[in-house]
Amino acid sequence: MSENVIEVRTLRREFGKLVAVNDVSFEVGRGEVFGFLGPNGAGKTTTINMLCTLLKPSGGGATVNGFDVERQRSEVRRSIGLVFQQTTLDEYLTAEQNLRFHAYAYAVPADVREPRIRELLTMVELWDRRRGSVRTFSGGMKRRLEIARGLLHHPKVLFLDEPTLGLDPQTRRHIWDYLLRLREAENLTIFLTTQYLDEAEFANRIAIIDRGEIVALDTPDGLKRSIGGDLITFSTPNPEAGLAAVKERYRIEPTLRDGTIRFHVDGGDAFLPEFVRTFPQPIETVSLSRPSLDDVFLTLTGHEIRDSELDARQMLLQSGRWHR
Amino acid sequence: MTEIVRGTWVVAYRELLRFVNERSRIISSMAFPLMFLVIFGAGFGQIIGSLAPGVDFIAFMYPGIVAQAVLTSSLFAGVSVVWDREFGFLREILVAPIGRTGIVLGKAIGATVTGLLQVVLMLILAPILGVELRLDIILELIPIVVILALGLSGLGILIASFMTSQQGFQLVIQLLIFPLIFLAGVFFPVDNVPDWLAVISKVNPLTYGVDAIRQIFLGTLPGIGVTISGHTVTLVEEVAIISGLSVLLLGSAVVAFNRRD
Repeated sequence: MSENVIEVRTLRREFGKLVAVNDVSFEVGRGEVFGFLGPNGAGKTTTINMLCTLLKPSGGGATVNGFDVERQRSEVRRSIGLVFQQTTLDEYLTAEQNLRFHAYAYAVPADVREPRIRELLTMVELWDRRRGSVRTFSGGMKRRLEIARGLLHHPKVLFLDEPTLGLDPQTRRHIWDYLLRLREAENLTIFLTTQYLDEAEFANRIAIIDRGEIVALDTPDGLKRSIGGDLITFSTPNPEAGLAAVKERYRIEPTLRDGTIRFHVDGGDAFLPEFVRTFPQPIETVSLSRPSLDDVFLTLTGHEIRDSELDARQMLLQSGRWHR
Repeated sequence: MTEIVRGTWVVAYRELLRFVNERSRIISSMAFPLMFLVIFGAGFGQIIGSLAPGVDFIAFMYPGIVAQAVLTSSLFAGVSVVWDREFGFLREILVAPIGRTGIVLGKAIGATVTGLLQVVLMLILAPILGVELRLDIILELIPIVVILALGLSGLGILIASFMTSQQGFQLVIQLLIFPLIFLAGVFFPVDNVPDWLAVISKVNPLTYGVDAIRQIFLGTLPGIGVTISGHTVTLVEEVAIISGLSVLLLGSAVVAFNRRD
């Protein structure tokens, strides 16, 4: 069996003239947490929908758990669990009834079913509420129930499309605790899409996707390193002299913004004390910051993850397609 | 194949679960036909008198109301598809390894069983309303109700396949389906109305479903059957008509539902 649980080859999807996913290729290893990071409409959900057999690719192909997403749809569906952006629970059934429906639909054997339901509901702390109607649940409870349901049939890959969108930070943290524990317990591969940069930090590897293309794929640390290490920001009474001094001493091209000078160095921790001690100009303030994925995204795509009017329109178009 | 079978039963199971969970739906689904029977029966019973020897207005209307209850509960299969789409649950169904044909059949069977349950409730009321009930009537009634309900839930799902919103679906139901029901001879014998109305009613296939149920209850009586150029349509012919129609509607629903992206 291949080590890669997901293999994607020049996958493409067009909606009319719009190319939502443009010849994307990547692999995801078994047991990996793989993040798809990008703004709304970047093509994240479209890619997931193709991997989950909900949408036919316009070109290229993909396998999930060794099965072809176009020719072996049922096998793919059995291999994956899904948690969508919007809730897909039946709100008029109880938590338990929702899980049982899922177990029947995925042909979970009867002797496995009830213990598994108990195990998962206990894990997401909803066992006490198993007979409660889902419409009385909070957003966080529903999401936890969906995660439990997605895992019921022992999937090999759990797809999470914006798993914590619209949830408060505490609930998000809570859900991530479950997910990471689950990965350990079930040797699960987790494929998530997100537009929260801090959420992407949980991933082993991140693909940054923008306008249908993967612009970078690396570990979170690797991505941060790729933009040139830690950021040093300082101010001095004479910025011009300060700029010149940095250039001369460290052969780095610093930038001046709002009266402060900024530049990137590797190993900022060791660099900073030496810098303060030996810099020829008087230093008024100085700070060291690690690059965030925000910086990475900005550097790689030239725009912030949140600003995308065009992308929002694109997303509307896609969701319209889906519902039709 | 196993996927279609499993899909059918799991979807039908959930429809029934929903029906049982929502007591208000059971009550409201019964209230409408009952109101028709009691109010129309009391209101028109005296004026109209008997429509045929031994058949008063309630006895005439009762089989029609039974048919109408089947129609409205069957169309709920379509409502349920639109609901599921709107509230997201359809995605859970679509991505499960169960196949779309199974989903359509499951919705149709779910609606058929709820329709049958409603018919049973109506039958319990028959003695109170003074309607004669015999075992052979019940035994003949069940297959007819099943055929009608399967076909009409097919119609509901067919319409729902093209609708994305609850409002759109309601509009189609009100403009298309309610007229069909009213023109199916539930409240009047289609042979005894002005020509234009008689023509519309006789083109309307539901008329034969209503009349089939009426013939089971009342037997073949002059003046209250459906006559086409001198020939009074028999029960067997009507069963053939509604069976053909049901196969067509359910088949179209399966095709339409499978087509969607």
